This record gives sequence, structure tokens and C-alpha cells, in this order.
Amino acid sequence: MKSFIEYIGSIFKGIWTLLIGMKVTGKYFFTPWKNVTQQYPENRDQLVMFERFRGEVIMTHNENNEHLCTGCGICEINCPNGSIEIISKSILTPDGKKKRIIDQHIYHLGMCTFCNLCVKACPTGAIVMGQKFEHAVWDRSLLTKVLNQPGSKIEEGVKE
Amino acid sequence: MAFNIYDFSNLTHTIHVGLQESFSPFMATTLEWVIVGTAYLLFVALFGLLLVYAERKVCAAFQQRLGPMRVGYWGLLQTIADFIKLLMKELIMPRKADRFLYNLAPFIVIIASFLAIAVIPFAPGLQSLDFDIGIFYLTAVSSVGVIGILLAGWSSNNKYSLIGAMRSGAQILSYELSVSLSLLTMIVFAGSMQFSTIVEQQRGAWFIFSGHVPAIIAFIVFLIAGTAETNRGPFDLAEAESELTAGFHTEYSGIKFAFFFLAEYINLFIISAVATTVFLGGWMPLHFGNLESFNHAMDFIPPIVWFFMKVWVVIFIIMWFKWTFPRLRVDQILTLEWKYLLPINLVNILLMALVVLTKFHF
Repeated sequence: MKSFIEYIGSIFKGIWTLLIGMKVTGKYFFTPWKNVTQQYPENRDQLVMFERFRGEVIMTHNENNEHLCTGCGICEINCPNGSIEIISKSILTPDGKKKRIIDQHIYHLGMCTFCNLCVKACPTGAIVMGQKFEHAVWDRSLLTKVLNQPGSKIEEGVKE
Repeated sequence: MAFNIYDFSNLTHTIHVGLQESFSPFMATTLEWVIVGTAYLLFVALFGLLLVYAERKVCAAFQQRLGPMRVGYWGLLQTIADFIKLLMKELIMPRKADRFLYNLAPFIVIIASFLAIAVIPFAPGLQSLDFDIGIFYLTAVSSVGVIGILLAGWSSNNKYSLIGAMRSGAQILSYELSVSLSLLTMIVFAGSMQFSTIVEQQRGAWFIFSGHVPAIIAFIVFLIAGTAETNRGPFDLAEAESELTAGFHTEYSGIKFAFFFLAEYINLFIISAVATTVFLGGWMPLHFGNLESFNHAMDFIPPIVWFFMKVWVVIFIIMWFKWTFPRLRVDQILTLEWKYLLPINLVNILLMALVVLTKFHF
């Protein structure tokens, strides 16, 4: 008798759990305005990417064309597939000291897996993940980018 | 020619008489066959395309997507484009496949579906076969399709196809029982196996209302077993894409694959149409006891619209099943049938017999 009650109970429990599942999908079906599909080429102008979206590595510059990169090379060490190359140069500071600064921060977009490790490792927060995702180009060489803008220099007061 | 959207029997009768007058009896009968056959072919092809489109849209909505949007307005021409693509594909024959059976299998599957669709009453006068053993005929021919599936799996010379076909065979044979028993419950209630009689008896109230508890249980069991019989999800382990690539139709391409695909969707339509006819009153409008004005307003909607409205509702529910539930394992499928659906069905028939004997129905 006990097993019979369990049998009947299992039927109703089974139906109940199925109904819960159908409620979840039914809610999706009857709220079509919450659809996540983006009609991409048509809504290109209104398209807003998520904040967490990783499109490419960029280096932020302020209005005086200054960045935060010290050329330490930690991002290069941290990159698992060698997408970043740091070319540094030595300059003489006004007080006569030799100082190593960034010459070219080279970023190979074609090799990047957007793992975010370089951004996490950067001690000064010089590089961040950008939201641009339309990276199609006609030539592979165009995928190699220099992140620091020409003529830019390091912002005052950034600790080495 | 008297065309009346509420009753097609005048129209069909006029065509019949007209043909009889202008041709010899033999020619007239042949022409009628051709006309009816063409009508069914057209209906099945168009409805199949529509169903595929609806399936993709419904599936998309359940997953918070939009579905096909590019070809035509809201992707309306998508399935037609897919069909043209399928027609242009090369027909590939696997090496060492059983040539004759390999070519025969898709036809058996689709012929079984065509045979079954013939007894469905679409509207008054729109039913090509009205046997007095209609439901028996339907269950008989709809199980012929499994032969085609088994042949397809066996003749493909592919182990995954064979596994898929065997699973499908076990599944359809088991669930055929539940489908038949739940229909039998309603036959006990209706006292007839003839589709036209069954529909006519639901003029006052649909069977699912007048038969109350046992009818509702039978309806649920029929929906579950019917979904299993059409090899649709969550019972689609015969073609389990992730395990068996596509089951019995792995090796088929082009138009032969299209036949299997079409047959699957016709079977979906047939199951829904039978559920509509037996439980939801066929083409009968919704009537409530003595609400005269409401009943008259419902009568104003043509029967064929009623029929397709109900069919679409049932199809939607079956699609809802497919896109909600995960696929069952093969032992779970047999457990569900033999340990749950079958005993429930047997008890349910007794219950229905009691209801009929005590006249405890509306």
C-alpha cells in the first residue's frame, strides 16, 4: 500500500515539475519584447554592447594625448599567446636621469583570444577592453595595431 | 455551384454530379481520385512548409530569440528557400546500402502519413474517407510508418541509423498502445469509431467537457503518447542529434530526406487533428449549455476555421513540450509507457465505462 501511494505521488510530482518547466519557457514565449536577438546590420546605430563585452584591447588616452602606460611589459609576460609586444626606449629626464619609457605597444588582434589577462595584470590600468567588434579587414597586416597614439606621452605622476 | 463556407458537402456533391454527367463512371471516379489526391498533396506540402516555419518561430520565441527574419517579411519565405535548397541537393547512396529498401523507405513513411490524413474530417463535407471503423483504421495505418523507419535504418548500412531505427521501433510499438487505449476510452464514451459520428455527438459539448475527468486524463495521455509516436522531443531519441547524428535518416539527403522531414510534420498534424476531433469537438464551434447569444456568435465562425484553430492550439502545446523538456533516456521512455501510461490508461477505461454506465456526464 505504501508503495502504491508513492507511485501515485510520483505521478503528481512528475506532472508538477513538468508544469514548472513549462511555466519557465511559457514566460519566455509570452514576453516576446524581452527577446535578446539583435537585428545587427539594421540596428547598427542603436546597438549598445554590454559593459563586460570584450571587443579589443585599447589604451586610454586623455585629452592631452597622455596615457598611463609605463612600458613595464607585464602585459606582454601575461599574454598566453604572445599577442602583445612592448618596444621600449630610453630617454633622459630633465634632471639628467635615464628613464625607460614605452615606444610602441604592439597588439596583434589576430592572435588575441580576449582572455582579459593583460588588462587584469596591468599595474597602472593603462589598457582596457574596448567594445568595438567590427574588426573585419582586407589584409592581415591591418590586424597588428600600435596602441599608444603617435606623439603621446605618459601622464604626470604615474608611479613606475 | 453552391459554395458555402459553413458546409462543403454541397460543393463536393456538385463536383461529383458534374463529373458523373460529363464522363463515363470509370473516368469520373479516376478524375475524382486525381482531384482528391492533388488536393491532399497540395495541402500537405503547404501545411508542412507552414509548420516548419511555425516550429522555428515558436522554438525561437521559447528561447528568447526571433527566429528566421531575413528571407521575406519576418522570414516567411525561409522554408520555401530551404525546400528549394533541399531539392537541388545530390542524392547520395552509401556504399553497400540495400539499394531497393533504401529507396523504398521514405515512400513507406510518407504513404503511411497520407493514408492516415485521409480520415480526418476538416469541415462538414470535407472528409474523403468516412469509415465506420475510422479510428481503428487510423491507428492501423499510422503504425505502418514504423516499418519505413526500420527499413531506413537497416538499409543505410550505418550503425547509428540502425540504433536509431531500433529505438524508434521500440518506442512507437510501446506508445501505439497508449494512443490506442486513450482513443478507446473515448470510443467507449462516444459509442462509435466513425469520425463523422464522433464529431456530430459533440454538437452540444466537446468530449473533453462532457466526459470530464476520464476524458481529461485520456487527453493528457493521448498528448504524451502522440508526441512520442511522432518521434518528437522530448521523445526524439530515435534521431537524437547529439548521440546518433540524426538516427535513421543520417544517410538520406535531398528529396528523400525532405520526405522524412515532411512525414514527421504531417504526423504532428495528424496527432493534433485526431486530438482535436476526438477530444476538442472537431470542427464543432464552442457551445455552452444555454447561452443562446454566445452560441450563435460562435456558430458564425466557419467550421474549418474552428478546426484549424484547435489544431494549432494542440500543435502549439506539443511544440511547447518539445522546447521545454530534456530528452528521455531509452529506459526512461519504456518505464514511462509500461509503468505509468499503460496502468493509468487501463484504470481510465474502467472509469470511463463507469461514467457511461451511471450516465454521470453532461
